[in-house]
Amino acid sequence: MTGKLMTEEQVVAELRSGMTLGIGGWGSRRKPMSMVRAILRSDLRDLTVVSYGGPDVGLLCAAGKVKKLVYGFVSLDSIPLEPHFQNARKAGGLEVQEWDEGMVQWGLYAASLRLPFLPTRAGLGSDVVTYDPSLRTVSDPYGGGDLLAVPALHLDAALVHLNIADARGNAAFLGPDLYFDDLFCQAAEKAYLSCERIVDDLGELTRRRIARWMVAGVVEAPGGAHFTSCVPDYDRDEPFQKEYATAAKDPALWAAFEERFLKAPDYAAAVKAWHEERKAQAS
Amino acid sequence: MSDVTRAEVCAIACAEAFRGDGEILASPMALVPSLGARLARETFEPDLLLSDGEATFVAGPWPLGGKPPATTEAWIPYRSIFDLVWNGARHVMMGASQIDRHGNQNISCIGPFQQPKNQLLGVRGAPGNTVSHPTSYWVPNHSTRVFVEKVDMVSGVGTDRGVEVPLRRVITNLGVFDLAGPDGTMRLLSVHPGVSVEEVQAATGFDLHVDDVVESRLPTDEELRLIRDVLDPKNLRDKEVPPE
Repeated sequence: MTGKLMTEEQVVAELRSGMTLGIGGWGSRRKPMSMVRAILRSDLRDLTVVSYGGPDVGLLCAAGKVKKLVYGFVSLDSIPLEPHFQNARKAGGLEVQEWDEGMVQWGLYAASLRLPFLPTRAGLGSDVVTYDPSLRTVSDPYGGGDLLAVPALHLDAALVHLNIADARGNAAFLGPDLYFDDLFCQAAEKAYLSCERIVDDLGELTRRRIARWMVAGVVEAPGGAHFTSCVPDYDRDEPFQKEYATAAKDPALWAAFEERFLKAPDYAAAVKAWHEERKAQAS
Repeated sequence: MSDVTRAEVCAIACAEAFRGDGEILASPMALVPSLGARLARETFEPDLLLSDGEATFVAGPWPLGGKPPATTEAWIPYRSIFDLVWNGARHVMMGASQIDRHGNQNISCIGPFQQPKNQLLGVRGAPGNTVSHPTSYWVPNHSTRVFVEKVDMVSGVGTDRGVEVPLRRVITNLGVFDLAGPDGTMRLLSVHPGVSVEEVQAATGFDLHVDDVVESRLPTDEELRLIRDVLDPKNLRDKEVPPE
């Protein structure tokens, strides 16, 4: 079967410093973590990242890969605040566009439809417009009032993680929510999709929300969303996420975390060993 | 009913905020508001829609910290929620790290936005929520740290920002407020039993509008039964609002 199968390293080799990168998923849910870790190992820098942010944003900020961030929130869900993101904001120097989360959807949708902007009420009256002076309003040509014109969020590349895909780039989500993964793919020049399994039959038609025209490359990455959730394949690894968040608050602990997990030749094995150690300590 | 706790009074105040809402989504963001919304649906607001916290509308009561009922009504992934928000068929009860006299709310950051002293969640859906549909706030720790003269980053839009905002109630561990004071300022509607108006004002970093203040309503026997036996048998409400 001819197809678009690639490794994470091959995806990263397609990316360039200074690119605008969209990352799918939501908070600490179904994030393309194995591709994010591959970016951490690369010499890419000065990225603009667009995300419904979770540990993807935290890790990229901690590694100094991010020049600018476009987001509505950054959260680990069960741990409300993302410590690396907090550190990056407190340190200053990170360019940000902090938008209403509906504005982010609108920006992606505008880009995916090749429209310069889409109008909305969301954001009007708030300090979103104060702190993002690039935003403009439009007046309703049919006689209503002013609306915010959310500019298209054009992505050079998008990274998403789905449950199942075929080698040509058709994919299905099997959990409760697609989030905005289709919009990330459609808004991008090139979208790279990792998945738990490559399959021949994608099953139920209404779950096949990513079609191959949106996708440039496919990575088979079992456990590729770890430690974020990828239901029904697996839930969030809560103990590991806690370990991550604790380490993120302390430079020495973070260095050890990086060494043990992010630089490990086999990430899954390193995580498994950590869990076994933990179990042994508890018993 | 001298044994009614502060948390139970707060739950009733939260439930009352949803009175008259009809067939819209009630989106409570914390424990006591969740208790209030579920109580409202079990009693005087039976048409309210409630989500399981993921992507499904569910029918029937379920306890705080418990499994959502198996009776599902509709699929509501985030995209549908965003549509519903802008449609207006929702009443959200959000938290607030800071809130001012005009009901401007901040959940973004503390200190200057360019380099904050502390970064919080980000504005999330607060800007869109407040200009799109009814919004209430829940503050379990009423203090001058939260009730400030000026918020650091306007996330939820207040009444003085030149746009129409259907703000409903602000409910705290001390009392209930709306924004119907002069020029859309915060007005004290009721104090919880055992709380004085002076105490509320002292915990607030701006002048409250105060005229006819009553005591917050107590739960009925049936409401107490629902709270204690059905909706919060583990008494998680006391963790959010400790008994005085």
